[in-house]
Amino acid sequence: MPLKMALPKGKLLKDTAALLQRADWGLDEYNAKISFYHPRSRKFPGLLLKVFHEKDIPIQVAVGNYDLGICSLDWVEELLAKYPSSALVKVKDLGYGRSTLYMAAASGEASWRKDGVIRIASEYPNLAEAFALRSRLSRFSIFPVWGAAEVYPPENADLVLLSSAAAVEGNGLRQVARVLESGACLIANRQSWAAKDLSEVVNSICREVPPAPEKTPSPVSLLSAVPGSGIIHRGDGTVRLALPDGHQQAPTVALLNRCGITLDDYPSSTGNRRPNISLEGVTVKVIRPQDMPLQVANGNFDLAVTGRDWLAEHLYQFPSSPVKELVNLNFGRVRVVAVVSQDMAVDDAAGLRCLVEEKGLSLRVASEYTNIADRYARDKRLGPCRVIPTWGATEAFLPEDADMLIENTETGRTIARHKLKIIDTLFVSTACLVGHTGSVANPVKRERIRAITDKLRAAAEEAPVENH
Amino acid sequence: MKVQRCKGTRDLSPEEMARFRLIESVFRDSCLKWGYQEVRTPTIEYLHLFTSAGTLTPGMLGRVYSFLDWDGWSGERVVLRPDGTIPAARLYIECLADRGLARLCYVNNIFIFEETGKKSRERWQCGAELIGAGSSLADTELIALSLEVLKKLGIDGVELRLSHAGLVKSLLGKLGLSCEEQAAIFDQVLEGNTRGLAAAMAASKSVAPGLEAALPPLLNMKGQTAGFLKNLKSLTAQDLPEMQAHLDNFIGTVSALEALGYKYQIDIASGAGFEYYTGLIFQLFAGKEKIGGGGRYDDLIPAMGGGDVPASGFALYLDRLLGLVEMESSGRSPQQEAIAVMVNPDDKEALKKAFAVAEKLRGAGYVAALDLGGQESKAHGRALTVRSAPPCFVWRVGNKSSQYAESAAEVLRLLEA
Repeated sequence: MPLKMALPKGKLLKDTAALLQRADWGLDEYNAKISFYHPRSRKFPGLLLKVFHEKDIPIQVAVGNYDLGICSLDWVEELLAKYPSSALVKVKDLGYGRSTLYMAAASGEASWRKDGVIRIASEYPNLAEAFALRSRLSRFSIFPVWGAAEVYPPENADLVLLSSAAAVEGNGLRQVARVLESGACLIANRQSWAAKDLSEVVNSICREVPPAPEKTPSPVSLLSAVPGSGIIHRGDGTVRLALPDGHQQAPTVALLNRCGITLDDYPSSTGNRRPNISLEGVTVKVIRPQDMPLQVANGNFDLAVTGRDWLAEHLYQFPSSPVKELVNLNFGRVRVVAVVSQDMAVDDAAGLRCLVEEKGLSLRVASEYTNIADRYARDKRLGPCRVIPTWGATEAFLPEDADMLIENTETGRTIARHKLKIIDTLFVSTACLVGHTGSVANPVKRERIRAITDKLRAAAEEAPVENH
Repeated sequence: MKVQRCKGTRDLSPEEMARFRLIESVFRDSCLKWGYQEVRTPTIEYLHLFTSAGTLTPGMLGRVYSFLDWDGWSGERVVLRPDGTIPAARLYIECLADRGLARLCYVNNIFIFEETGKKSRERWQCGAELIGAGSSLADTELIALSLEVLKKLGIDGVELRLSHAGLVKSLLGKLGLSCEEQAAIFDQVLEGNTRGLAAAMAASKSVAPGLEAALPPLLNMKGQTAGFLKNLKSLTAQDLPEMQAHLDNFIGTVSALEALGYKYQIDIASGAGFEYYTGLIFQLFAGKEKIGGGGRYDDLIPAMGGGDVPASGFALYLDRLLGLVEMESSGRSPQQEAIAVMVNPDDKEALKKAFAVAEKLRGAGYVAALDLGGQESKAHGRALTVRSAPPCFVWRVGNKSSQYAESAAEVLRLLEA
C-alpha cells in the first residue's frame, strides 16, 4: 500500500512548494496555476500526492484517506473542537503561514442586546462555539459563513472570529480575545503514525524546517465580559440588500444598470463591501452568495441576490425558513448534477442504486451542498451513505476519496477533463432575488421592495443576461 | 451491511428490563409515599437552558448532543437533555411556581457524549427534586429517601459521602483569585480534581497569612461525626468568619443524620460535576461504584429567572443499579412462565374455547400465551390443549401424565391444585 499525502491549495501553496523544493522533492506540477490535482515527486515516486482545499485536509487525514497532510493549524483545531477524538497527530509546526485567530467586535460603545443573544459569525463555527461555551456566554447563536465575516458587525453579528489582525483593524473592529495561534502544520493519521513507516517522508520535510522561533504566547482570552454591540433595528423602512462577491458581480451590475440602478465601487478594487446604491432608503452590503439565505432568514437582510442552488441548500436544512424566491434573475445558469468516475459502470441513479445494493457499498458523497446531497441520496435510496462536506475543487475527490459528487457545472467540461461523468441532473440553478417574508410587514419597506422587484423582474424577463 | 447498535448505546434485554421496571417502581412507590409527584420533561430542550452561568461545567457542555432543529436558522441550538435537574427546575418555573413548595420525581434518560463508546452515552436516572425548601431538614429528607429506595432494592453497604459546595466556594473566595480562576478551580473540584485548589492554596500563602493552618485540613478533611465539623468551626472562627454560616448549615444536616442513625463520611473534595450546587453535596457509593448523588442548588432557579426559590435534589443512576439488583432479594416475583395454550386453528369451535379460557386464566392472574405451532411445550413447561370434542381441556405439566377438564372453571381448579 503506497503512502498517501494531501497538499494544500490556496494561501499555503507557495511556501509549501518552496519547502518541498528545498527538500528536493522534484514535484512536476504544484503551483498556483494547478489544474490537475495529482502532482508527482521525483524523490518519492511511490508517494501518492493529491492537492485539496486546505480546509478539507484535516478531515481527509482523520478518516484515513491520507497518511500525511500539510495544512493550517486553524482547520485542524476547527475539526478537533467538534470531534476531539479525531484520529489526528500534529507532527510538526512548519514555521510558515503564521496567523492568529481573533475574536473581534465592532469598535464603539458596547451594549447588551435586549434579548441577550450574542451572534457570532465565523468560518470557524466549531471554534466559535467552543469559545462561547468557555466564555460562559449564556445565550448565543453561531452563524457559520463561507467568508467575509469581517463585514458582519455591527448590524449582522456581535462577534466575529477572524484569522488576521489586518481584517480586524481594517474593518472598524476591535479584538476582544486571541483564540488561536495558527500556522502551517504537518499532520498524520493516528493509525498510520502508529503502524506505518512514514519516516523518510517526514524526515525530508522536517530537515528543511527552520528551528522554531521563540514560543508565541499561548492563546488567552482577554474577554472578561462579552459585549453585544447592539442590533441596529431599521424600523425606519430602510431596505437592506445583500449583493454577491466573486464572479456573480459583473452580471449583477449589468442587470441593475439595465434597471437604471447604479452603484459606486461595486465590484470594488479595494475590497469595499459597503458600496452606495442609487436607490433611496436602500443600503447594500457585499457578502458570499452561499451565506445569504441564512442571513435573510435571520432578518439581517431584507433582500439578497444569490443562487437557487444556495436557496435550496438552505431550505432543505430549514424547511420552514422565512426566505423565499421573489424574482428569477435568469443569469448565472448552472446545472446541479450527480457525478461519478467514468470508470464506474453506471449511467444513472437507478444503476448506482443497483450497484450499491449488489456490492453492499456505503456510498461516500462529496459536495459543497451537504443538504442537497443528503436529500438526493435519501430520495434515490442510495443505501447507507456518508456526505463529506467540501470547500471547492470537489472533482479532485473522485475516485479515491469519494464515490459520487453533487456539483454545479456550466458546460460540463471540467467534469469531463477529470475523467468524470454526469449521471443525473438534480435541477437547473440561476441567480435569484430572495426576500424575508416578514419584511413586508412595514408598509414603507413593502413599497420599496415592490419597486425593486418590479424593475428587476422586467429587466430579467426582457433580456436574459447570458453566461459564457 | 452489518446491522449493529449505535456506538455508545445499550440495549436492555427482557431480563434487564424486568430489573429496570423493578427499580423504577420501587423508586416511584417510595417517592409517592413521601409526598412526591411524578413529572416528565421533554427529551429536547434549548441549549441556552444549560449554558446560563452556574448550571453545567464547560467540561460537561462540551459533551452535550446539540444540534440545529429543522427551524434552527437563527443558529440557536437544541440539545438532548444532558441533565435531569435543570429541566425539572424549568418545569417548576414555567408551570408550578405558584405552588411554592413542590416535591417532584421522575425517571428520565440523559445524553452525554463519552469518547470511547465503552460507556453508555444514554443514561437513565431516577431523580427527585424538593423545590421551595431551604432547610437542613429538606436535605435530610432527600438523603433518607434515597437510602430508603436503595434499601428496598436490597442493595447493602451503601456508603454516604458528604461535602459542601458553599464551604469550597467561600474557601476559594479567600485565595485572591479572579472570578474566572475561581470558577475553573471549583469546576475541577466538582469533577474530583483538587490539584488546582492545592496549587492555588500554596500560592496564596503570602496573600492571606494565617490561613496555612486552617486550609490544608479543610481540603483534606475527612470525618465521621458532627463533632469533627464543630472542631473545624472553632479552628476557623477567627480567620474565616464567612465560612461559619456554611459550617453551621453543614453541622445542622449532619446532626440530623446522626440522630436518625445514618452513617456517613465527610469528604470535602468529593465532586459531583454540577456547577449549580451551593450547599450540601451528597454522593452514594456501592463499593467503588457511584450509584447516585445530589445536593442543594439554591442559586439555580434565581439564575434561571424563577425568583428566589431554594431547592435540592438527587438522582440514582439506574444503569448502575441494574447490575446490583436481584429480582429474588427484592421480594417481588419475576415474571411467571407462560402457560402454553395449544389449539388447532382450523377447529373454529376449539379456537373460540381456547381464547375464552386464556382470557379467564389471565383474569385469574396467570400468563397465558397461544402456542403458535412448532413450539412444543418445554420439558418443564405447562401446557393446556383445547379441543372442541370432550375432553375439551387437556392439562399437562412437563412429562407428567395429562389431566382432563370440561370447563374453564375446572381448569382453574386443576391449576390451583
